Amino acid sequence: MAKATFDTPELQEFVDVPALEEGTMAHIKSYVVNNPDHNTDLGFPGELVDDWHEKTLEKMADLCSRYRSFQVYLDACVKCGSCTDKCHYYLGTKDPKNMPVGRQDLLRKVYRRYFTFAGKYFPKLVGAEDLTRETLDEWYSYFHQCSQCRRCSVFCPYGIDTAEISMAAREILDSIGYGQKYCNEIIAKVHKIGNNLGLPGPAIENTLEGLEEDVEDETGVVVKFPLDVKGSDILLVTPSADFFAEPHVDGLIGYGKVFHEAGVSWTLSTTASEAGNFGMFIGSYENMRRVSMRIRQAATELGVKRIVFGECGHAWRIAYAFLNTLAGPFDDLDPNYPVPQHICEFTNDLIEQGKLNLDKSGNDDMTITFHDSCNVARATRMGDKPGGQFEIPRAVIKAVCNNYVDMDHNTIGEKTYCCGGGGGLLTDDLMEIRVKGALPRMTALNNAIKDHGVTHLAAICAICKSQFTKVMPYYGMDMDQIVSVHQLVSNAIILTGQQTEEDEDDQESEE
Amino acid sequence: MSTVYALLFIVATLVLVIGLARKIAKYAKVPAPLKIPTTPAPVTQTGVVLRMFREVVFFESLFKSTKWTWIFSWMFHLGLLLVLLRHVRYFMDSVWLPIELIQPFGMYAGFAMVAGLGGLFVRRIFVDRVRYISAPSDYLWLILLGFIGFSGLMMSFVVHTDIVAVKQFFTGIWTFSGGALPVDLPLLVHITLVIVLMLLFPFSKLLHAPGIFFSPSRNQVDNPREKRHIVPWAKALEENEKN
Ligand code: SF4
Ligand code: SF4
Repeated sequence: MAKATFDTPELQEFVDVPALEEGTMAHIKSYVVNNPDHNTDLGFPGELVDDWHEKTLEKMADLCSRYRSFQVYLDACVKCGSCTDKCHYYLGTKDPKNMPVGRQDLLRKVYRRYFTFAGKYFPKLVGAEDLTRETLDEWYSYFHQCSQCRRCSVFCPYGIDTAEISMAAREILDSIGYGQKYCNEIIAKVHKIGNNLGLPGPAIENTLEGLEEDVEDETGVVVKFPLDVKGSDILLVTPSADFFAEPHVDGLIGYGKVFHEAGVSWTLSTTASEAGNFGMFIGSYENMRRVSMRIRQAATELGVKRIVFGECGHAWRIAYAFLNTLAGPFDDLDPNYPVPQHICEFTNDLIEQGKLNLDKSGNDDMTITFHDSCNVARATRMGDKPGGQFEIPRAVIKAVCNNYVDMDHNTIGEKTYCCGGGGGLLTDDLMEIRVKGALPRMTALNNAIKDHGVTHLAAICAICKSQFTKVMPYYGMDMDQIVSVHQLVSNAIILTGQQTEEDEDDQESEE
Repeated sequence: MSTVYALLFIVATLVLVIGLARKIAKYAKVPAPLKIPTTPAPVTQTGVVLRMFREVVFFESLFKSTKWTWIFSWMFHLGLLLVLLRHVRYFMDSVWLPIELIQPFGMYAGFAMVAGLGGLFVRRIFVDRVRYISAPSDYLWLILLGFIGFSGLMMSFVVHTDIVAVKQFFTGIWTFSGGALPVDLPLLVHITLVIVLMLLFPFSKLLHAPGIFFSPSRNQVDNPREKRHIVPWAKALEENEKN
C-alpha cells in the first residue's frame, strides 16, 4: 500500500475547537487480521462469519447482561454535547464521529434499534438505525480511532466513558471475526512467547547482559539485571519495549540502578516479560485474564514477595485496577506492600527515606516537563491518596532534576491530553490519526518550549514514548526530546562506590 | 372527561413507576466486572457518596466541561425541582411546612425552568457539534418540557385556574371520591403533556436520572489493590478454568 499522505496540522497558540467537517477520517482503517490464527488464538472466529448480523446482536445482548457500564452508558446520554470538544482526535481531525458522543452513537443507534422500545417502534424519532454491513465498517474505522484515554469521561455529567464503548465495540467485532491486525497479532504473541515484541528468552538475556556491561563501563559498579532468579524478593514486570529501544531501555537501566541501591533482590521473568496487556484494548476479559495469569504464575514459580511494574500506562491500569480481580488474590505475597507497586512509588519511597544519593546536576542539560499518561492519570492511582498518580512521578522528577516546569494546567493532570497513540493505535497504518490526534498535546508542549525553554518531555508509558518518538518530528521537534522518567533518575543517581569526577577532584569518599 | 383524565393519570403513574423500577432493577442486576472509576476518585465509600452528591446536586463534571450548558441545565433542573416540590400541595390535604415555605420560590422557579430550557434549545440549534448529535426526540423533549412550564406559568399568572378544584380532583383520585377537573385550556394542555412525559420517561433519555447512580466511573470506590473485586460470572470463569 502506498504511504498515505496527509497534512500535519499547524501549531497555533491555542487549540481551537474546529467547526465540524463530516467524513474527514472515514478513509482511515487499520489493517484487519490477515492471519486467521491470530483470531483463533484469542478465541475468536478466524474471519468475518456469515451470520454476522445475528451474532452481532447476540453479542450485544451478552454485553448488556455482563457489563453494567455498557447498558447504563448507552441509555443515559442526553446529548448535552459537553464531551464533543474534549477528544484530541476530534480537535485534530474535525470529524464529528471522533467526538466522544459521535463515536458512541455509532453503536448506540444500533442498540436503540434492537434493544429499546422507542428505537423498535419509532426509529427515526430517536435516531435509531438498522445494523448493516456498512455499520460494521464504520465501527471498525472509528472505534479504532479512539485511544481509550477517558478524557471524555471526566467531562460527561454521567461519567459516560467512551473507552468502555470502544472496548465493547471491538469485542463485538472480534466476536464475529472482524479483528484488528495490530492488537490481535500482539496478543497472540504474548500468549505464545510471553511478550508483545515476541522476544524469546535468550534475546532478553542478551540484552540484560549488555546493559550490565554498559552500566559497569559507565560507572565502574556492577549492577545486576537478573532474569528468572528464583527466590528473589521482587518480580519486575515491564513493557517489552524496555528491552529494546531508546528511550525505553534507559528507563530499564534506571530501574536496575534503583533496585541496586535499595539493596533488594529482584528479577525479571522470561514468561512474564511483558507488562502491557492489549486484551484491554479489545475489551476482552478472557484475554486480559489470560495475559495476566502469566504474571501470576511467574510470581508463584519464582517465589517472589512483591510485584513491581515498570513504566507503561495501560499496563499500570491493568496492574493497579484489574490484576487483583483478574489474577488474584495475592495472599501469598508480602502484605506490607501494595500488590502491585509502580516503579515510581518504589523510587519515591526510597527518595523520601533518603536512601538514594542523587546529583540533580546530572540532568542540568535539560529543562523537563511531564506528560501525564491517560491511563495512569484517569484510571489508576499511586500512593494512598487520590491524585497520587500526578504527584508521585513529579516528586521523583523534581528530586532528580533542577529544571522542571508543568505544561498548561488545563492539559495535564486529570485533564491531560493523550499522546495520540494509545488504545491499540500505535501502528503505522494509523499514522495519520496518530499525528493529528497529537495536536493538542504538541500545542501545549510547544507553548512550554517557547515560554519556559523546555527541552524535554518525560513520560512513564511505553506507548507514549514510542508515539512521541514517531510524531514529534512531524511537528518540527526532535525525536529524542522524549525521555523516560527513570532515565532521569538514572542520570542523577550516584551509585554506592561509583567514581565521579568530583570524587577524583575533591576527596576519596565511600569506596 | 374528568374520569378519562383520572384514568390516564393512573395509567401514566403506573407506567412511570413500574417502568423505572424495572430499569433500575436491571441496572442493579447487571454486574460491573472491573473497577473503572474515573480517577482521581475517592478511596472510601463516604468519599463516593460525596462525589455523587456533588454530581447530582451541583453537576460538578458538567461545570468542568462547559459553563453555558451548566448554567442552563442547572437553572432548568433546580427550577424543576422547586416547581415539583411546590406541586406536592396539590396531592396532600394538610400541607407540610417545608412545602408551604417554598411556595413563593416555586412560583418564580417556573421562569428559571423555562428560561433554562430555552437556553438549551438555542444551544442545540446553534452549536454545530450539538446540532450534529441531536435526534428529533432531543428537540421534542425540550419543547415538551417547555410547554409544560409555559402552560403552568399561564395558569399562575395569566388565566388563573381554579386550584381548589384541581386539588380536589387529584386528592380524589386515590380516595376514589371523584372531583371534577376544571375545564380551561392551559390546565388541560399542562396535564396532558405531563401525562405524556410520565408515559415516555422510562423509555427515553430521561433515564439519565437513575442512570447516574449506576455509572461505574462515578459510583465505584478506588480501592482495587486493597480489596478484590470479582463478580459472579468472572468467578465462574475462574472456577471453570481450574477444572
Ligand atoms: S476515550 Fe479519549 S480517544 Fe476515546 S473518545 Fe474519549 S476522549 Fe476520544
Ligand atoms: S457529555 Fe455525556 S451525556 Fe453529554 S453528550 Fe457526551 S456522552 Fe452524552
